[in-house]
Amino acid sequence: MSIVDDMNRKEHFRTAVWPTPFHPRTSALNTLNEWHRWKDYTTADAFFDEALEYAAIRNACAAFDLTPMTKHRITGPDAQAFLNRLVTRDVARIKPGRVGYCVWCDDNGQVIDDGTIFHLREGDYRLCSQERQLDWLSRSAHGFDIRMIEDTHEIAALALQGPTSCAVLKAIGCTGAEKMKPFDIAYFPFAGGELMVSRTGFTGDLGYELWIDPPRALALWDALFEKGANHGIRPMGTHALEVARIEAGFIQAQVDFLPADQAIMLDRSRSPFELDLGRLVDFSKPNFNGRRALLAEKKRGSRFRFVRLDVEGNKPARSAYIYNRPKNGEVVGTVTSAEWSPSAKANIAFASMHMPWGRPGDELYAEIYYQRELRWSRVMARCRVVEGAFWDPPRKRATPALDF
Amino acid sequence: MTDRNRIVVIGAGHNGLVCAAYLARAGRQVLVLEAAPQVGGAAVTRELAKGFRVSGCAHVCYQLDSGIARELALASHGLKWAREGLKTVALAGAGEHLVLDGSRAESPALPDADQKAYADYHARMRRFARVLGKQHHRIPPRIGGGGRSDMMTAAALGLDIRRLGRDSMREFLRIAGINIFDVLEELFESPLLKGALAFDAVLGTNLGPRSNNSVLALLHRLSGDAQGSLSLPEGGMGSVSEALAAAARAAGATIRVNSPVARITMEGDRVSGVELEDGEIVPAGTVVSNADPAQTLLRLLGPRHLETGFVHRVRHIRSKGMAAKLHLALEAMPTIARLGPDLAGERLLIAPDPGYIEQAFDAAKYGQCSPEPALEIMFPSVYDKTLAPAGKHVLSAIVLYAPFDPRASDAPARQQMLDGALAVLERAAPGIRRQVIASELLLPADIEREFRITGGHWHHGELALDQMLMLRPVPGAAQYAMPVNGLWLCGAGCHPGGGVIGAAGRNAANAVLAQEKAA
Repeated sequence: MSIVDDMNRKEHFRTAVWPTPFHPRTSALNTLNEWHRWKDYTTADAFFDEALEYAAIRNACAAFDLTPMTKHRITGPDAQAFLNRLVTRDVARIKPGRVGYCVWCDDNGQVIDDGTIFHLREGDYRLCSQERQLDWLSRSAHGFDIRMIEDTHEIAALALQGPTSCAVLKAIGCTGAEKMKPFDIAYFPFAGGELMVSRTGFTGDLGYELWIDPPRALALWDALFEKGANHGIRPMGTHALEVARIEAGFIQAQVDFLPADQAIMLDRSRSPFELDLGRLVDFSKPNFNGRRALLAEKKRGSRFRFVRLDVEGNKPARSAYIYNRPKNGEVVGTVTSAEWSPSAKANIAFASMHMPWGRPGDELYAEIYYQRELRWSRVMARCRVVEGAFWDPPRKRATPALDF
Repeated sequence: MTDRNRIVVIGAGHNGLVCAAYLARAGRQVLVLEAAPQVGGAAVTRELAKGFRVSGCAHVCYQLDSGIARELALASHGLKWAREGLKTVALAGAGEHLVLDGSRAESPALPDADQKAYADYHARMRRFARVLGKQHHRIPPRIGGGGRSDMMTAAALGLDIRRLGRDSMREFLRIAGINIFDVLEELFESPLLKGALAFDAVLGTNLGPRSNNSVLALLHRLSGDAQGSLSLPEGGMGSVSEALAAAARAAGATIRVNSPVARITMEGDRVSGVELEDGEIVPAGTVVSNADPAQTLLRLLGPRHLETGFVHRVRHIRSKGMAAKLHLALEAMPTIARLGPDLAGERLLIAPDPGYIEQAFDAAKYGQCSPEPALEIMFPSVYDKTLAPAGKHVLSAIVLYAPFDPRASDAPARQQMLDGALAVLERAAPGIRRQVIASELLLPADIEREFRITGGHWHHGELALDQMLMLRPVPGAAQYAMPVNGLWLCGAGCHPGGGVIGAAGRNAANAVLAQEKAA
């Protein structure tokens, strides 16, 4: 009995961690043999060299297996009303063929998760989430005429990110892919079936996500790597993606915020305002989960501020406390994500600051511990609050997509 | 007055009427909309057969708040008592019956130790119940809200418990969450006495004597300022409602019967009024619902106007009733074996021991009608001649237990329950079956339908530790204001719960007025 059979029959108890439909190719390419568990799937940390995989994202293109991302299909007469009650932004503005980034909150206005809503076709939605959400979504469905399934296992998904990604897509037969605007969805015939392409991604660059039924997954991979060879295509693991994500300014559940349904301490969860996602909160909607609490927060003021920091030096400020003075200061924030950014040539970090700290111009210091030859050293590195993403090239938005 | 100033009260149950009366007294423009052809909700008098009338759901008054009765001048609005301070007679299957009269338990068969223990128990339970009674008129505190008045109310509850004194406080905290069976086992010998006392703890609940929370349910029953003393209003329970309606009208409220509300209408994020089943739109800036929480929030308003967590909590309010109601029109007063006619008009119980009740409960727990139900029997026509033609009588009984979702469909279940109740009655009052002119048995599902109470639970939700005080109807919404601007609850689903008290209605009116003032 193969693992794939167990998976198809949903006999999860036989195989706790599954291979994705791309596994025959990703495992062959994973010369480092570095894997971890992402939800139910085995996922590559890195394939051959993190730095080179990252370099492919920014200078050519890289393929990332995102099959494990939790996906839901939501249809039915109330699909839009259901989603509009669920998330803080106005879903009516996500037209068919478009994708929207969104967050959803509990009744206390605390973020449960972030994700993307794909308006596949009129009234037919896909909701992708970082965390398992079926419980919350099912609770939220009461009183709405919708059909909802979690179809994570029924869709193979691949991110193709980087400047040459559009050229590769065109080379495998996605004619006209360059005309897609950011957050557009398009469908192309592929291998006797349909390939869905969205101009989305987690790298803040020109890039696409490809969605296909699992039996055609290997054909897709093979086509990409065959036609993409001259465009520098490489596989990438989560380590390379992590650097790109932070450069792009994207937050991640479990890292930059704790999902509200997992938080026990009252001050551990965050509201959208406290994650710098106020733009996603649309109070003109008469009701959505968290609206009353968020209105109250707006009036009362937030507890935390999410900031992007440019940190002095070259030591990533992972998990560092932020102080308001270099000596004898008080802790005014905590770093949630930090990396050296090869593209921005900067030591970058995200931090959750106690109000009112984190205003542009605030004098802040990250307490960074680092090891050199097994000896720990500590540095208080000056931080500058940066507005916007660290990496935001015009090619990310250029339509038609540029050829590289 | 603009529509915005109008307050619509959905439902003319006793709490809706109390709320309307207080709001109207404060000068508000109040319109009460009642679905039924008469006011009263579950406190109504209905015709059983020509010339025979009976209290349709609630059938005895033991908690009506005396302050509300005084402030609304219910006596001058026509409320009269046919009998006050009814005794309770626990009918013995064989041997001597037991009479409970105030703090005295009387029966030649009762051991002396039980008589003494009963007097202590009577006093202690009433002392504990007063702690709850003091909370009746307080708006429950918001937990974690940090407001000054919330802290004060929470502190007052703590202080009330502390003031019981060290030993009583310990005893109160020891027994408040446990079951009545264990408490009675500790104190008494006589099965008949224990049966009667266990019965009071489970009456109208979804609990057996061995279920936890049954002590708390008993304390709630004793918590009004009548301390559980039983009274019969002349003309049946409908008279209480009629007097409340008269008081509300006198204060300036308008009451419309035959006006079922189909839904609560919204404009943006606030209530804009109600729509009646016939399509009439009644605009209002404030809607106060006397309907139960699930009915108000899930059916009349709808989940899409609420948030997920709140809807989830409302959907899981435990509110399945387990009490059936039996009404009989009788040719003549039946003779109850070994009971003098002087006691026939008192409250009669058939609950010979706690195990008997527990077994009746077990059946219903698994979807069966109890084959040997426990009964609370009243012949209200003994003291109230307005209810039956001269010489004839009506019987009103509460029958424990009936499942809300019977395994059998409703009609056979209803027949089974009726047969079971009549068989038990026949043993206590031989020949009663032949005296029946008309009969009616209401299962919890019938009570749900006829009185529009979700689950057919008299209290609009089980009275239990997790559904009381600041947790009633659900945590985070125990201050009568619902999480929709302009929508309030005023019924038994709110603190302090069911039992024809009226406090929920008055507290809700105070909360509405306080918010107006704050705005």
